[in-house]
Amino acid sequence: MSNPATLAATVAGADAIAAELGGPSGPRPRVTFSRRNIILYGTLIFAAIYYLIPLYVMVVTSLKGMPEIRLGNIFSPPIEITFEPWVKAWATACTGLNCDGLSRGFWNSVRITVPSVVLSIAIASVNGYALANWRFKGADLFFTILIFGAFIPYQVMIYPIVIMLREIGLYGSLTGLVIVHSIFGMPILTLLFRNYFSSLPEELFKAARVDGAGFWGIYLRIMLPMSLPIFVVAVILQVTGIWNDFLFGVVYTRPDTYPMTVQLNNIVNSTQGVKEYNVNMAATIITGLVPLAIYFISGKLFVRGIAAGAVKG
Amino acid sequence: MTSVLVRDVSLNFGTVEVLKALNLDVPEGEFLVLLGPSGCGKSTLLNCIAGLLDVSAGQIFIKNKNVTWEEPKDRGIGMVFQSYALYPQMTVKGNLSFGLKNAGVAKDEIEKRIARTSEILQIGPLLERKPSQLSGGQRQRVAIGRALVRDVDVFLFDEPLSNLDAKLRSELRVEIKRLHQRLANTMIYVTHDQIEAMTLADRIAVMKGGVIQQLDAPQAIYNRPVNRFVAGFLGSPAMNFLDGELAAGPSFKIGATAVPLARYTFDGSASRIGPAVLGIRPEHIAFGDAAKASPFSQQVEVELVEPMGSDTLVWTRLGSQNLSFRVEAEKPLTVGDKVLIGFDPARASIFDSTAGNRI
Repeated sequence: MSNPATLAATVAGADAIAAELGGPSGPRPRVTFSRRNIILYGTLIFAAIYYLIPLYVMVVTSLKGMPEIRLGNIFSPPIEITFEPWVKAWATACTGLNCDGLSRGFWNSVRITVPSVVLSIAIASVNGYALANWRFKGADLFFTILIFGAFIPYQVMIYPIVIMLREIGLYGSLTGLVIVHSIFGMPILTLLFRNYFSSLPEELFKAARVDGAGFWGIYLRIMLPMSLPIFVVAVILQVTGIWNDFLFGVVYTRPDTYPMTVQLNNIVNSTQGVKEYNVNMAATIITGLVPLAIYFISGKLFVRGIAAGAVKG
Repeated sequence: MTSVLVRDVSLNFGTVEVLKALNLDVPEGEFLVLLGPSGCGKSTLLNCIAGLLDVSAGQIFIKNKNVTWEEPKDRGIGMVFQSYALYPQMTVKGNLSFGLKNAGVAKDEIEKRIARTSEILQIGPLLERKPSQLSGGQRQRVAIGRALVRDVDVFLFDEPLSNLDAKLRSELRVEIKRLHQRLANTMIYVTHDQIEAMTLADRIAVMKGGVIQQLDAPQAIYNRPVNRFVAGFLGSPAMNFLDGELAAGPSFKIGATAVPLARYTFDGSASRIGPAVLGIRPEHIAFGDAAKASPFSQQVEVELVEPMGSDTLVWTRLGSQNLSFRVEAEKPLTVGDKVLIGFDPARASIFDSTAGNRI
């Protein structure tokens, strides 16, 4: 439809635009110290410092000798760096009757954490898979009860569990604690896995059924290979939760099977003798290292998995 | 010989009835298309035939064997899904062999079948790739291959082309038709795309609300739809519907205009007097000189012109109602032109104005 009138109008329009050609062109220039940037980065830097200062104080203090600590300058870096407190915290600090430091508790914690994590994730992932893909009768009721379990305060169940463990002869043993951790991990982990598996395309599951794969075949050969992110999330949640657990550790074990957190408490809160701040700081950092390491190694996968598992209800 | 027989199958999700005592009989080697808008139960019916959903009532037979309670793998079916549903962690070869390995087929037999399938679908060069390294069309080809390799009696397609772009869709459509001609298996194909249905099907089952509205050859459904829903669902551009009144004669009155119905074949013995709807497809309306020869013709004014390349759709009014008709692309029609249009009432459809059934 090119009649002369419209053509002329277009040309006139082009002239008007040409007059503006000297104006902005290309990407808009960014000002480094704009108000927006100052507020944004200022807040972030402030928050980062706020959280990092305690860590800084801990590291610095753990590297000082006691005379230096007594000077009272908690922010000043050590004049004479010493690793003595670290060695003492790990190998010779006294907790009750034992004087072999945190090392005993560390290995106890490993013996508690590894089987608990493996067991709870193995069971919860199958639970989640069954709930998401094999809609059995009463599935919704089962799921509701399980989720309800996540909201009951742990303290309510401590004494009944003591009795149950005593009756089956596992009270005070590491096995008993592993069972307790696995059970208490179940609600949140099942929810996590169920949501993740429901977010996988349903047609994949159908295709596998047409291809003749059964319950375990689909789980092991189709679902598992697609679920690395959510397993990483579960591992991080469980390792952090179980490693940092104090309540169950102190209730369900005996002094020679105490996990690291309970030992740490016994070192830090001992009422006899001088408070050795440097040893306390070193012991605390050592105890926190495992969850920290796990998080740093798999942080990226963690975020991806959380996003994948949490969105769909 | 009957290949798939569905007898009185109902399916309820809670209180919602998705399928209502549905019957369907698919002869050996037929290409049957289940066509309908979303939510009409067509995919649900396919899932019931596949055994992925348990029916609430009724029976399903495949190859004269009652498979109502059988697992999908024992039904002798292969299925192709809309989202391809390829196993992402396996290579194409792994995807093709997964079902065979589960069935315990011997290794050399698996190789033989994969070779044959990849030859048919021309996916030989892709065998070692992962699904993520394939294009949409290639993925769907592999998905078809996965059904093919299992050597089944019945193929089920659940909207297999809906995720592809228009060009690829028409290419694969032809390929599926070719595949059917070559294999001569029974195929049941679910789609909401009426062009796919028309081009592929031996017979189409138009569904709505869990009930099959009409089951017939594509041309028969196109020319003699049993109700207004079927008439409106098939055909693009859509059929024109004109409200009016059936009068003695017989004739159909649209305002002051009367369409003589002497050549129209009435269905059954329903009342032939009173309000009704006349349906006429845009391509059945003649124009210009051709209209003069039609039993019914009328002078109208062009209101809107939609050029579509191969032809042009022209909008006008008959009385106060919108009407569209198709003319060759070369006809120089502009808005405001007065033209003569006409049609043969034998090609029209007349529906009950309340229930919408064909009269």
